[in-house]
Amino acid sequence: MTYRFDYSWIAEYWPVILKGLLTTVELTLIGTLFGVALGIACAWTRSLGPRWMRPPVVAYVELIRNTPFLIQLFFIFFGLPSLGVQMTEFQAAVLAMVINLGAYSGEIIRAGIEATPRGQFEAGASLAMTRFETFRHVVLIPALQRIWPALSSQIVIVMLGSAVVSQIAAEDITFAANFIQSRTFRAFESYFLTTGLYLLLALALRQALRGVGRMLFPRRAAR
Amino acid sequence: MMSFTLWDILRNLLLAARWTVVLSLVSFIGGGLLGMALLYLRIGKARAGQMVVQGYVELFQGTPLLMQLFLAFFGLGLFGIDVPAWLAAGLALILWTAAFLVEIWRGCVESVARGQWEASASLGMGYVQQMRYVILPQAVRVAVPPTVGFSVQVVKGTALTSIIGFVELSKAGTVVTNATFEPFTVYGLVALIYFALCWPLSKSSQILERKLNVAHRNH
Repeated sequence: MTYRFDYSWIAEYWPVILKGLLTTVELTLIGTLFGVALGIACAWTRSLGPRWMRPPVVAYVELIRNTPFLIQLFFIFFGLPSLGVQMTEFQAAVLAMVINLGAYSGEIIRAGIEATPRGQFEAGASLAMTRFETFRHVVLIPALQRIWPALSSQIVIVMLGSAVVSQIAAEDITFAANFIQSRTFRAFESYFLTTGLYLLLALALRQALRGVGRMLFPRRAAR
Repeated sequence: MMSFTLWDILRNLLLAARWTVVLSLVSFIGGGLLGMALLYLRIGKARAGQMVVQGYVELFQGTPLLMQLFLAFFGLGLFGIDVPAWLAAGLALILWTAAFLVEIWRGCVESVARGQWEASASLGMGYVQQMRYVILPQAVRVAVPPTVGFSVQVVKGTALTSIIGFVELSKAGTVVTNATFEPFTVYGLVALIYFALCWPLSKSSQILERKLNVAHRNH
């Protein structure tokens, strides 16, 4: 059996795809920025923070890492409004991504922080740095550098996982694909094309993160 | 109008959770078998085999699982097959699982020191014997914790099959929500059931890692 690919719809629908692509990029960007910030806060709490703050962070991390992103998204978008928290599809999608990446990146960053030798803290103190300055300059930056490859892969995984936000009608690439297939009935073509776009996006994101790594850790880039 | 007690909701979700378990087992076992076959090519001597597997891994790790599910669902349909959701779900999840397992296992095989290969070669062992008696026994030890850890990803991955219409825990959550109008309770319970399935796996992966590493150090 031969199947004839039909991409004649592209002329009409490329703006939809482009808009979806932009939304996915936007989601990833905001999600990464706040997600990694949350991850740093969690990592700090678990390895250096006050003892009483640790159990809630552990519970958060374990809960998120052991439940599907789809359910987290549904809980946020459909469940929270019954507590009076209303939000748009986009906001819910971003929030779900931040919460999800926060838990994973927190674990990754913690591993980096815990690999820092104790002497580094003392060295920081002996240079008259405050605890915060020591954390920021002496502990965090080398820790981030150490775990940058793992963190980058996790960010790519979260970007790919964001495909499910189409299920709450956030208008990402997958949403565009669903939209096109419902109008044109060329299901295989539209998913084939968008899968290709995701692949390109993943490659581009990996390159971009490598660039960011080089920018953040200029002198140590020799590795 | 029917009213639902908490027990009604929970019972329905637990009944659907069976299919999450079945699908996870099928995907993990099927993906494991395919992963082994791919591993054979990946660490073999044939350059072409290595490249094919590498491309396969890039493709499946670089695209969303949801898209793979859609392509399996609609792609098989192109060949005139009437595709039930469970077939597309199983197929896509097996292919996806294999792509991750082959990478995990390759890392484990490569973590065995080069000297072990040379030592076993110097004993006159062939490739198959080296693998069978020297490399794999050591690699398997390293491979167990991350493999168990990855099974969590498989269980969570099955949630996406609800989107192509396979009725498992997530789909049941949506259906029950539509009937009860209690999304907060229902999705909360769904999350807890997933947690009950996944957390023991995560925990045992951590414990195994500690145990096997300690055992390793004593050698």
